[in-house]
Amino acid sequence: MTDPLLEVRNLRVAYPSAHGYSDALRGISFTLGREKLGIVGESGSGKSTAGRAIMRLLPPKARVTADALRLSGFDLLGASERQMRDIRGGRIAMILQDPRYALNPLKTVGAQIMESYRIHIKGSRAEARDRMLAMLEDVRIRDPQRVTGLYPHELSGGMGQRVMIAMMLIPSPKLVIADEPTSALDVTVRGQILDVLNERVEAQGAGLILISHDLPLVSDFCDRVLVMYGGQIMEELAAHDLSQASHPYTIALNASLPPLDHAVDELIVPEYDPTWLTEATE
Amino acid sequence: MTDTPVMQPRGSLREWLRAPTASSPRQARAQAVWRGWQRLITNRAAFAGLIVLLILVTLAVVGPWLTPYSVMGQDLSVRLQPPSAQHLLGTDDLGRDILTRILYGARITLMMAALVAVIAGPIGLAVGATAGYLGGWFDIVAMRLVDVFLSFPSLILALAFVAALGPGIENAVIAISLSAWPPIARLARAEALTVRKSDYIAAARLQGASPMRLIMKHVMPICLPSVVVRVTLNMAGIILTAAGLGFLGLGAQPPSPEWGAMLASGRQFMLTSWWLAATPGAAIMLVSLSFNLLGDGLRDVLDPRND
Amino acid sequence: MTTPSLEIVSLSVAFGHGRASVQAVDKASFRVARGEAFGIIGESGSGKSTILRAITGLHDGYDGDVLINGNPAPRPRNRDFFKTVQMVFQDPYSSLHPRRMIRATLMEPLEIYRLDRREARIAQVLLDVGLAPEFAYRYPHQLSGGQRQRVAVARALLLEPEILLLDEPTSALDVSVQAGVLNVLNALRRARGLSYVMVSHDLRVVAHMCSRIAVMTQGRIVEELTVEDLRAQRATQPYTRTLIAASRAAVTAD
Repeated sequence: MTDPLLEVRNLRVAYPSAHGYSDALRGISFTLGREKLGIVGESGSGKSTAGRAIMRLLPPKARVTADALRLSGFDLLGASERQMRDIRGGRIAMILQDPRYALNPLKTVGAQIMESYRIHIKGSRAEARDRMLAMLEDVRIRDPQRVTGLYPHELSGGMGQRVMIAMMLIPSPKLVIADEPTSALDVTVRGQILDVLNERVEAQGAGLILISHDLPLVSDFCDRVLVMYGGQIMEELAAHDLSQASHPYTIALNASLPPLDHAVDELIVPEYDPTWLTEATE
Repeated sequence: MTDTPVMQPRGSLREWLRAPTASSPRQARAQAVWRGWQRLITNRAAFAGLIVLLILVTLAVVGPWLTPYSVMGQDLSVRLQPPSAQHLLGTDDLGRDILTRILYGARITLMMAALVAVIAGPIGLAVGATAGYLGGWFDIVAMRLVDVFLSFPSLILALAFVAALGPGIENAVIAISLSAWPPIARLARAEALTVRKSDYIAAARLQGASPMRLIMKHVMPICLPSVVVRVTLNMAGIILTAAGLGFLGLGAQPPSPEWGAMLASGRQFMLTSWWLAATPGAAIMLVSLSFNLLGDGLRDVLDPRND
Repeated sequence: MTTPSLEIVSLSVAFGHGRASVQAVDKASFRVARGEAFGIIGESGSGKSTILRAITGLHDGYDGDVLINGNPAPRPRNRDFFKTVQMVFQDPYSSLHPRRMIRATLMEPLEIYRLDRREARIAQVLLDVGLAPEFAYRYPHQLSGGQRQRVAVARALLLEPEILLLDEPTSALDVSVQAGVLNVLNALRRARGLSYVMVSHDLRVVAHMCSRIAVMTQGRIVEELTVEDLRAQRATQPYTRTLIAASRAAVTAD
C-alpha cells in the first residue's frame, strides 16, 4: 500500500503552566486515507487541539511533539513556516465553526474565494472567476452571480458556511479538517451543509476529518469515529457501530443524551474513571 | 534553622492563600487579591514602576529627616554649587540644597497627583457609568459636556481655570481635576455600554435591583479596572500639568519647592549651572515613567480576561 | 377550569420602527398550568427567546397580555412580579457577574427583598442544585460551565418563584454536563411544584423536559402538541415535520 494520506503517530501537545507543562494531547495516533474520519469529544478533550496541531496553527508557546506527522509522506512537523503557508489552504483546508468570524468582513464573497484560488493556483483573473462561479454552484448556492457581490454580514448562517466550504475547497486540498462546521447552524440546515461538504470532498477525492461534540451526527456522517477524552483516544469505532461501543466512556456519553423516541425518568450522568487515562499510556 | 517558628505562620498563610478552594468570603477575597499580586510581580516593568513609586513615597514621607539642610534656609555663600559630597545635587541660586528641595517637592507633587486622582477618578467613573447605563438625555447632556472639555488641550483648560480661580496649589489641583475627569468619564461610559445589555445585568434586573444598585454594584466594578489603569497612566500627565502650571508661575508659588516651579527658576541658570533645571526635570521624568510602567502592568493584571 | 399559572394572550413584539420594523413575535398565545413544563422549540430568530424576555419585562414594548395566575403582569414589572417569575439565561458564562463572588450574586435578591436567614438560604439552595455550600466562596471563573449554570438556577430559586423561564439552559454545555443540569431541573420542578417555560432549539431536550410543546418559526407558533404526539411523529404542520425529521436524522437506528 502507498503512504496514507495522513499519518499521525504519538502526537503530543503541552502548554506551559504554573507547574511545568500541562498536557492537552497525550499521544494520539491514527491514519487517514480518502475517507471521512470523525473525532468526537467534549470540551477539553483535545479534539480541536488535534486539528490545529495538524495544521500547525497552535500558538508558539505550545510544545508539539510526534513520532510522525506526515501528509502523503511529507513531514509536517519539520516543515518550515514558509512551506506550511503553502500547505495550509492549499493541501490542507480548515472549515471553522462560525463563518461570520472566519470570513473577512470588508471584502465581498467573490473576492475572497478568488483570492483563495489565486494564492494557491496560478491562473488568470478570468479563470479564477469562472472557477469561483462554478464552485459556488457546486455548493448549491442558487444565484452565484448575485452572491459573489455580497459581504459576509449579508449572508445567513447556512449560506456563509457554504461560501466557507467553497473558499476552502477551491484550491482542491487533499485533506479537509472541519471543526464543528454545523454547530452554529440551525438543525434544518445542518443536514444540507453536511451533504454539500460530503459531495465536494468525495468529488475531489480528499480526506475529511470532522471534529464535533455531536456523537449521533458524527456517526451518521463519517466512516470511522475516534472518541476522545482527556487528550487521549478512548476508542476507535466504525461509525455505524456506535450502538455497539465497548468503552465505558462512549457508552456513558451515548446514554447521557435525552432519547427522542421514549421518555426516561432521569438521564444518566457519565462518571469518569481516572484509570482511562493511565491505561492508554502503557 | 532558628527562624522556623517564625516561618510557621507565614507558611500556613501562604497555604491559606493558595488553597484550591476558599472556605470563607474573606479567604476568597484575599485569594483574589493574592493572585492579582502574583501577576503584578511577575510583570517586571510594572513591578519596577511600583518599587520606584514606593521608594519615592517613602522618601517624601521621611525625607525631611534624611537631610541636615532646611528647605527654605538660604545661604548665599554657597549659591550655585555643583553637585559635591556636601550637596549631593548641588545648590541653587539662593544657596539652598537641591536634594532637600527635591525631597520636599516630592511631597507636593505626589500629594497633588493623589488629590487629582481621588477627585477626578470617582467623578469620571460615576458620570461615565451612569451615562453609559442609563443612556437617554442624561447620556446626551453628560457626553456633550465631556466633548466641550475635551475640545481644549488639558493644560490650556487648567490654565484657564487657574486664571479664574487664582494661582496656588489648591486651585491647581481643582483646575487639573476639572480637566482630568472627562476622558475618564468617556472611558467608563464605553465600558458601561458594553455591559448594559449583558445577561448578568438582565439577571440582576430580574432580581428586582434598582438602577442605582445596578450602576453602583454591577456596572461600576466592570468599569473600575480600566479607570484605575487610565488614572495611573494619566498620573504622568497630571504631574506634568502640575509641573507646567508651576513652571508658568500659576501653580505652587516660590519659594515652594514644587518641581515645576524649581525648574522654572532654574531656567535662567541652565547654561551655567545645569543641575538647577536638570534635577527637578529628572525627578518629574522618573515619577512619570514609573506611573506609566505601573499603569501598563495594571492593565495586564486587572484585565478580567486574564482570570 | 382552574386558572393557569401563566397565560400569554396574543403576544406581539416588534423591533424597530416604520418600514425597518421586524415582527419578532406575532400573536403568540399559550397557557401553562401550575406544575407543568411547557416547551417552545424553534430555530434561531424564530422569536422564542423574545417571548421569554417579553414575559419578564426585559422587552417592555409588547402588545397583548401576560397573565400570572389570571392577573395581568404589571408594567413596568415590579418586585412582586419577580418574586413569582424568574428566569435562567442561556449562557452561564455571561449570566454571572465576572467580578462578584458567587456569594455576593446569591446574596443580592436576599438583600433586595430583605429576607432573613441569608447564609442558611444560600447554603440550602446550593445543596438543592447539587453544589457544596463552599461554592459560595468562589468567583465565576473558578467554576465549570455546568457549575455556573447550577449557580444561575440557584439564583433564580432564591426568591422561591412559582414560574421559572428557562432560555436554552443547556445549549452552551456538553451533553454529559447537560444531563446533570436537566436532572436537577426536573427534580426541582417535582419537589417544588414549579411551572416551567423552556425554550430550546434541541428537540431532544424539550421532549425530555416538557409535556406540551409549541413549535415556533418566524415569530409564529405554528403548532402546539403533546410530547407523546411528538414522539409518535403525529405532527400536522409541515414545518414541525421538517424539524422533527432533521433532529431524527442524526438518531442512529436503535
